Amino acid sequence: MSDKPLAPAIEGWHTMEVKPHLIGTQCKECGSYFFPKNTAYCRNPACDSTEFSEVELSRTGHIWSYTNACYKPPEPFVATDPFKPYAIAAVQLEKEQMVVLGQVIEGVECEQLKVGMPVELVLEALHETDDDIKMTWKWKPVTQ
Amino acid sequence: MSNEIAILGVGMHPWGKWGHNFVQYGVAAAREALQDANVPWQDVKFVSGGATVRCGYPGYVAGATFAQALGWQGAEVNTSYAACASGSQALAAARNKILAGGCDVALVVGADTTPKGFLAPAGGYRPEDPDWVRFYLGITNPTYFALYARRRMDLYGDTLDDFAAVKVKNSRIGSKNPRARYRKCFTAEDVAASAMVADPLRLMDICATSDGGAALIVSSVEYAQRIGKGDAPRVAAISTTTPTFASSVVEMPDIATDSAAAAGVEAHAFRSTLPLKAYEEAGIGPEDVDLAEVYDLSTALELDWIEDLRLAPRGEAAALLRAGDTAIGGKIPVNVSGGLACFGEAVPAQALAQICELTWQLRGEAGDRQVAGARVGITANQGLFGHGSSVIVKR
Repeated sequence: MSDKPLAPAIEGWHTMEVKPHLIGTQCKECGSYFFPKNTAYCRNPACDSTEFSEVELSRTGHIWSYTNACYKPPEPFVATDPFKPYAIAAVQLEKEQMVVLGQVIEGVECEQLKVGMPVELVLEALHETDDDIKMTWKWKPVTQ
Repeated sequence: MSNEIAILGVGMHPWGKWGHNFVQYGVAAAREALQDANVPWQDVKFVSGGATVRCGYPGYVAGATFAQALGWQGAEVNTSYAACASGSQALAAARNKILAGGCDVALVVGADTTPKGFLAPAGGYRPEDPDWVRFYLGITNPTYFALYARRRMDLYGDTLDDFAAVKVKNSRIGSKNPRARYRKCFTAEDVAASAMVADPLRLMDICATSDGGAALIVSSVEYAQRIGKGDAPRVAAISTTTPTFASSVVEMPDIATDSAAAAGVEAHAFRSTLPLKAYEEAGIGPEDVDLAEVYDLSTALELDWIEDLRLAPRGEAAALLRAGDTAIGGKIPVNVSGGLACFGEAVPAQALAQICELTWQLRGEAGDRQVAGARVGITANQGLFGHGSSVIVKR
């Protein structure tokens, strides 16, 4: 990896700290969380609010399920050459009562994962452009 | 008052990778259905088409496209798009028209021509589109089905052998279906030898995309009786319900589920709520069902559907499979057409193809695939963006 500056792959979806958070919104009326951010209309059928606060989502959760990608996805995915398979996890966040997908950090394979396993959010490179390294959120097993 | 309509005729163009214009498949299916119904085309006063979004403008207005191809005769038209549930929604439109007294006989038809390889999103940098985002982050269609499959393994103890057994079962019965695309009897060894796509799913656990077409001729019960077909199989229920907030299972193309954090909000699983309306509308329960045609986009998903349709308690579909109870001759045969495993998916036609199979089964005309004494069949499928359907056919 080069010494290019780090930039989020998608602007405004997560903080760029060492211990990052996904950035979502929370309805000011009913308290429902949304990721990606929803700032227009609450999707809870019992709520007609249009007021939202931007919030940092829990950066730890438990694996709801997991898999991997053995084949190179089509564009807009930017693949390494040769393509390196990666694991993917769907993670249950307790406070938000929602499941969020993401890649699992490099070097972790499906055999090392299990439903219910605790994980935390980290940042890792998604791909590199001429100008910078595009970072995204990934799930990392919590090792005590 | 009864909400039933009669299925007078059914027809299909064989599934394959033929590369022809989709209209050709739809017309072939419609003509077969008309012939099967013994109803002249001129008597059809409503054409309800399932749209295809891959074949340009004619696909967006499929109802009119098929009406023109069969020869304009003044019928009213409708086009429905509901992803994989398009066929059921087109059928629901025809049922509403018939029950409202707007016509006696309707043609419901769907057909598709599919491209090769992964289905990719539209280009550009479009982070506001969840379908674009998930591909950018490396999450493809098989990801979602693999997540469901892996969860079954960790929660219920399902094994790779179970998933392979679904493929073996479906390919064995599908080999006897002349309309199926894949007619080879695959073995568990064949499945195990195929490439891993998204752990735990291998290439042969995942359905392909196909060209194909399917059509139904449906009518009011009175019309059916008038032409001496009062005993034709009937559509007893159609459910096309959407999810209930908070939808708790991550669905293609979303990157996250709804949040169930708000007071008074509970988590709901979409697939398992879909058939409830169908059972209620038909006034029957899962114990009355003789066979099911379910959307086996993956082998493991067939097991999920069996539980979602309440044909087995949660977590016990694999036990049913192992006992041979989902095969011909078992307690509740599932996908005796061969399912998507043998057909591959032709989106606007698939939900109708399921009803074609149930119709042949209920008429006792399914030949080598016949489920003895079948009286009640149910379908289930699910598509993108909260679409899904479950249809009950009975005789």
